[in-house]
Amino acid sequence: MMWFNFAKAQSFMPTQGTEIAKQVDNLYGFLLITSFIACVLVIGGMIYFVLKYKRKSDNDKTAYISHNTALEFLWSFIPLVIFLAVFAWGWYIYHGMRTMPKDALEINVLGKQWAWEIEYKNGFKAVNEVVVPVNTDVKLLLTSQDVIHSFFVPSFRIKQDAVPGRYTALWFRAEKLGEFHVFCAEYCGTSHSGMIGKLRVVTREEFDKYMEEGQEEGQLPIAKRGEKLFALKACASCHSVDSPAVKVGPSLFQVFGHEVVLEDGSKVTADENYIRESILQPNAKVVKGFPHGVMPTFQGQINENELNALVEYVKSLK
Amino acid sequence: MGHSSSAHGENYINCEKGLWSWLTTVDHKRIGLMYMITVMFFFFVGGVMALLLRLELFAPNTVQGVGQVLKNGDVYNQVLTYHGAIMVFMVIVPGIPAILGNFFLPIHLGAKDVAFPKINLASWYCFMFGAALAIATFFTHKIDTGWTFYTPYSIRTGTSTVLMVLGAFVMGMSSVLTGLNFIVTVHKLRAPGMTMHRMPLFVWALYSTAILQMLATPVLAITLLLLAAEKLFGVGIFDPALGGDPVLFQHFFWFYSHPAVYIMILPAMGVVSELIAAFSRKVIFGYTAIAYSSLGIAAVSFFVWGHHMFVSGQSATAGIIFSFITMLVGVPTAIKMFNWVATIYKGSVSFDSPMLFALGFLFLFAIGGVTGIMLAVLPIDVHFHDTYFVVAHFHYVMVGGTLMALMGGFYYWFPKMFGKMFSETLARLSFVFIFIGFNVTFFPQFILGAMGMPRRYFDYIPNYEALNKISTVGSWLILTGFLIGLYAIVQGIRKGEKAPMNPWGAKTLEWQTSSPPPHFNFDVEPVVTAGPYEYR
Amino acid sequence: MSTDNITHTHSAHVSHHFKDATQEYDSGKQGIWLFMVTEILMFGAVLVGYGIFHHLYPAMFSEGAKQLDWKLGFINTLVLIFSSFTMAISIQLIQRNQIKKAAMALAVTILCGAIFMVIKYFEWTHKFHMGFYPGRFLDMAKTHAEHANLGMYFGFYYCMTGLHGLHVLIGMGLITWLLIRTIRGDFHSQYWIPVEGVGIFWHIVDLIWIFLFPLLYLVG
Repeated sequence: MMWFNFAKAQSFMPTQGTEIAKQVDNLYGFLLITSFIACVLVIGGMIYFVLKYKRKSDNDKTAYISHNTALEFLWSFIPLVIFLAVFAWGWYIYHGMRTMPKDALEINVLGKQWAWEIEYKNGFKAVNEVVVPVNTDVKLLLTSQDVIHSFFVPSFRIKQDAVPGRYTALWFRAEKLGEFHVFCAEYCGTSHSGMIGKLRVVTREEFDKYMEEGQEEGQLPIAKRGEKLFALKACASCHSVDSPAVKVGPSLFQVFGHEVVLEDGSKVTADENYIRESILQPNAKVVKGFPHGVMPTFQGQINENELNALVEYVKSLK
Repeated sequence: MGHSSSAHGENYINCEKGLWSWLTTVDHKRIGLMYMITVMFFFFVGGVMALLLRLELFAPNTVQGVGQVLKNGDVYNQVLTYHGAIMVFMVIVPGIPAILGNFFLPIHLGAKDVAFPKINLASWYCFMFGAALAIATFFTHKIDTGWTFYTPYSIRTGTSTVLMVLGAFVMGMSSVLTGLNFIVTVHKLRAPGMTMHRMPLFVWALYSTAILQMLATPVLAITLLLLAAEKLFGVGIFDPALGGDPVLFQHFFWFYSHPAVYIMILPAMGVVSELIAAFSRKVIFGYTAIAYSSLGIAAVSFFVWGHHMFVSGQSATAGIIFSFITMLVGVPTAIKMFNWVATIYKGSVSFDSPMLFALGFLFLFAIGGVTGIMLAVLPIDVHFHDTYFVVAHFHYVMVGGTLMALMGGFYYWFPKMFGKMFSETLARLSFVFIFIGFNVTFFPQFILGAMGMPRRYFDYIPNYEALNKISTVGSWLILTGFLIGLYAIVQGIRKGEKAPMNPWGAKTLEWQTSSPPPHFNFDVEPVVTAGPYEYR
Repeated sequence: MSTDNITHTHSAHVSHHFKDATQEYDSGKQGIWLFMVTEILMFGAVLVGYGIFHHLYPAMFSEGAKQLDWKLGFINTLVLIFSSFTMAISIQLIQRNQIKKAAMALAVTILCGAIFMVIKYFEWTHKFHMGFYPGRFLDMAKTHAEHANLGMYFGFYYCMTGLHGLHVLIGMGLITWLLIRTIRGDFHSQYWIPVEGVGIFWHIVDLIWIFLFPLLYLVG
């Protein structure tokens, strides 16, 4: 496997910070080698032929070969097989990339022109610096407050757009201690190239200490802020939170993560986007047995941070 | 026509005189030349923008002087947008079809003109009007959205999105009209004996391109109109604040713009098929496979747009499906590559400058192709998406592919278009500079992308400096190459030797008429009895 | 319409690059149809957008549709269908060399287009008066909108009817041009390609309205 490692070493990919990064690099190494062979065959063949069959006189006789079915089948079929194999390999890795682990440490990331705002579960906020414990599944819940940004950590081979108006997510499990670059990869205006953050991978102890220090800054945990807002916006007058009892609207007790039956009989899982949608467009997916148009919309009345807090609060009602 | 007009030295250039006769001409050859002049002008403007970008990236911003050629991020972003928009909408898309296609498609078919000559002229005026609108933004608030106009950035920016978008809309009209003309011409105006399977592959490629232009451009048109409405009246379709979906814009945009990639490359493949056959003096290998793979690529290209959006937040399932279909579109492209190489086998290869450009195309397109496959693989794309790897890939395809073919085709047909020969030495020298300069400029960008440098960056971290320097030096080599090429063309037109009817000994119909052709292309309507590449 | 009745003796109208009138006629017709394909695709894309957001916010769309007067929309539908009929008749009449009657039919077609546009004008101004502006300009207080993003429905409404109205205006202009040429005597039983081309355009414009009417007025 010497040549394989050689190809990988010459691929100029950044440090491998995660297991996924290693998998991606293996596939990339394979692609580099096959591509190199393909180019040598095509370009080399071309150069060999043009030199060998160089015009000698103006009356050269050339062969009349209009086609060759067997050959043409072969050079359609072999690339197809290679492409499909590569596709399947890619699918396998991508599946791992996109399947969010359970019980991951969740961190909210808000993109804005031109910084990353990081918010931890305990309400601690930081700008342009994500601190995560090593060997732990971490899930970043991304959104944006203005235009589309893209959260890109080259060393982890991960990238995900942060889109205003919805949540997107990515996960990783850092295996190396140290600092890694976070770039914005979706063009977002004047300081697009300056929207650089760092991702710091630390030991568990250091992480706990970091969180504690953050806590001491007098911030309430994010779910706590949601609770206050919940009261402030008078949500509690229609939704019960500590029992399945129905008031005007459905109870929110133990709703998060469970399936909800809608009025047309279909089912949705009450995930972050569903809660978000139900706050912003309450009539989009009404729970079975409840009338339309009762709950007012909160579109434009609460900002992204408050929305995060409310979603977090609903999540905490276990 | 009873008499032979060309016998009296009369041709399409000298049959009428004066600027007015050009501005009101409905002759497809003259319209082709008018497109040539305008496209060359825009290529020059877009090229200057590219040089400025590269100059800025020669050093990080911390370096005084050269690192701050463009004042700030805003200026850089504007230059970047103009470079992209001009090169895409005003150079690469109209390039081969509107210049070489307009000139040679009717001649290749043995027709006197395209089906709707007046509409053909109208399409040039559309193009000029659209280009004028786009250029007008330069004198208002400029434009900084990137050529892709992604929402919600394009809605929120203070620059002239609406004007630019209307310009692109009008240029789209021009593209639709050209496509319409070509399809009807191919269907209805072929000379006696010119069956579909006797058409040169260049015509097949233009035909496939025309179908794409007809089917994809309207979707871009309406998307751009909706974007303008969004910006002017805040209709809310793409605006998350009103419950709209900014990602929907990307779906609409790429539904056009991915087929548009093939609008850009298919005609180039057509030109290369002509060049390889002519300079190998050999029948093209797998005529049917090349002809129908063009149509196949055109058809499949409508279902791969999502591969531009693997990290946009579209569902994982959508990503997997788009990746799969993208793999399928790779196959017909590979087939073409193999067919061209097989055509050279046992031929009689000459190294005239058009052939050098064709070989350069094969070389660069092979690299552009394999990196395209890499980008179609999901997890690889997650890393490479929106990095310099992508920038390098599409420059290998668009510049290394389309522009190489355009240059090659231009030199190949130069004697026919102007009735003069150009300096072979200068043309070869131009090729050497462009080819080497191109690789020096863009190969390091693959590595930069692998290292993680995102595209559209005004500034970068110090690790990326060395490769950026190499890349900038390469851009000067390309500049030298094109300047030599320009000189070769001007000198050829002014002082070139008189060109014979068929300087390359090729077999397609345009070489059976005088150089330059008479006003109605042929003195006597040709009757076709054999295929286009009967070198026996 | 068969092309058999075109004889090669009447070649006065054949452009220089066509061999005969049949070739010219076939090319023209194919060109028009191809152009229609682009028109349909263009409106098709808006319909896709409409479909997506209707699926997301059915109640909001239904609220928007309730604000429109379906009776006016219905009258407009009838007017356009009738105009399609007169357009078709005018081609028939020209083929039979009944030029005066054909001119009458074309004039009626233009009139129908004008009636359509007048009704549309009153609908729009009425909506503006009520505060139903598109998108973020929608006057929430004045309209008592239940849905905060009702403006999006009206965004679609104005974009779709506006784009369609623009096509009606272009159609009217083209038919006026036909009318002038008809009166001048350019068209007769051997030559009517422009009339047929514009006719096809006009039918497609009508057809698009037949899609827009239920989607905008009757939905929900």
